[in-house]
Amino acid sequence: MMPDLGKYADAVLSSYAVSLVLLALIAWLSLRRSKRIKRELEEVETKVKSNG
Amino acid sequence: MSLNALWEYANPKKFIQTTDRVLPWFAWSAALTLVVGLIWGFFFTPDDYRQGSTVKIIYLHVPAALMAINAWLMMLITSLVWIVRRHHVSALAARAAAPVGMIMTVIALLTGAIWGQPMWGTWWAWDPRLTSFLILFLFYLGYIALWEAIENDDTAADLTSILCLVGSVFALLSRYAVNFWNQGLHQGASLSLDKEENVHDVFWYPLVVAMAGFALLFIALVLMRTRTEIRARRMRALLARERMGA
Repeated sequence: MMPDLGKYADAVLSSYAVSLVLLALIAWLSLRRSKRIKRELEEVETKVKSNG
Repeated sequence: MSLNALWEYANPKKFIQTTDRVLPWFAWSAALTLVVGLIWGFFFTPDDYRQGSTVKIIYLHVPAALMAINAWLMMLITSLVWIVRRHHVSALAARAAAPVGMIMTVIALLTGAIWGQPMWGTWWAWDPRLTSFLILFLFYLGYIALWEAIENDDTAADLTSILCLVGSVFALLSRYAVNFWNQGLHQGASLSLDKEENVHDVFWYPLVVAMAGFALLFIALVLMRTRTEIRARRMRALLARERMGA
């Protein structure tokens, strides 16, 4: 149930939208890089081991 | 746990093993606390008699501003640990925290501008707190750029640590600017240990939950990003060793 935000609805909703998008973006970018670096390190370690 | 036991976590392997266990707890508690704090603040608090519904922006603006400053202070501590004890994990933790702190600063600046337009009649004013926050944002940008620009990890850690020390002046100014100068539009602290200065309880409780959510999210992201930086550093070291051996 949406609260009545009156004449400030645009300000309140845009604040929430911008903030949630930015928080989701930093979380997603951090998670994506974490997975990529972990995978690449495993590949490099395997390659180094196989090269002796 | 003694203070000496803390230095165990300067060992990258020990850091990764420990954070393997605690990271999911921080991540889930951050998600839960943020959802509860923001839903409580947005849906279940009344309008303020002067600010109307724009008071709901406080649940984003205040926690983000608080974490923007605290992130830099955390970077200051870890940078000092790097300078004094040369622990790589601490330098990498500072590097990991910078983008998260920068996002918090951007959220604080944007929500402040969006709130300021209907309340002050302007998106921006060269007020001491706003200006010091803008400078803090520029320091975040410079800090991140400096890490990216220098190839040698130790040199980058040294130079960014010095930049962090200098930027700490602005992080502290951002916090105390309204106390130092009585000019400008920005009001004083919304929260204080002095009960007289606090906002009303109906706004205060959800605000505290939202602040806890932002703090937990910051910790979870910094732990995850520090693990990534440790792995990336190990990968660079292995590749460099390979190249030298080839």
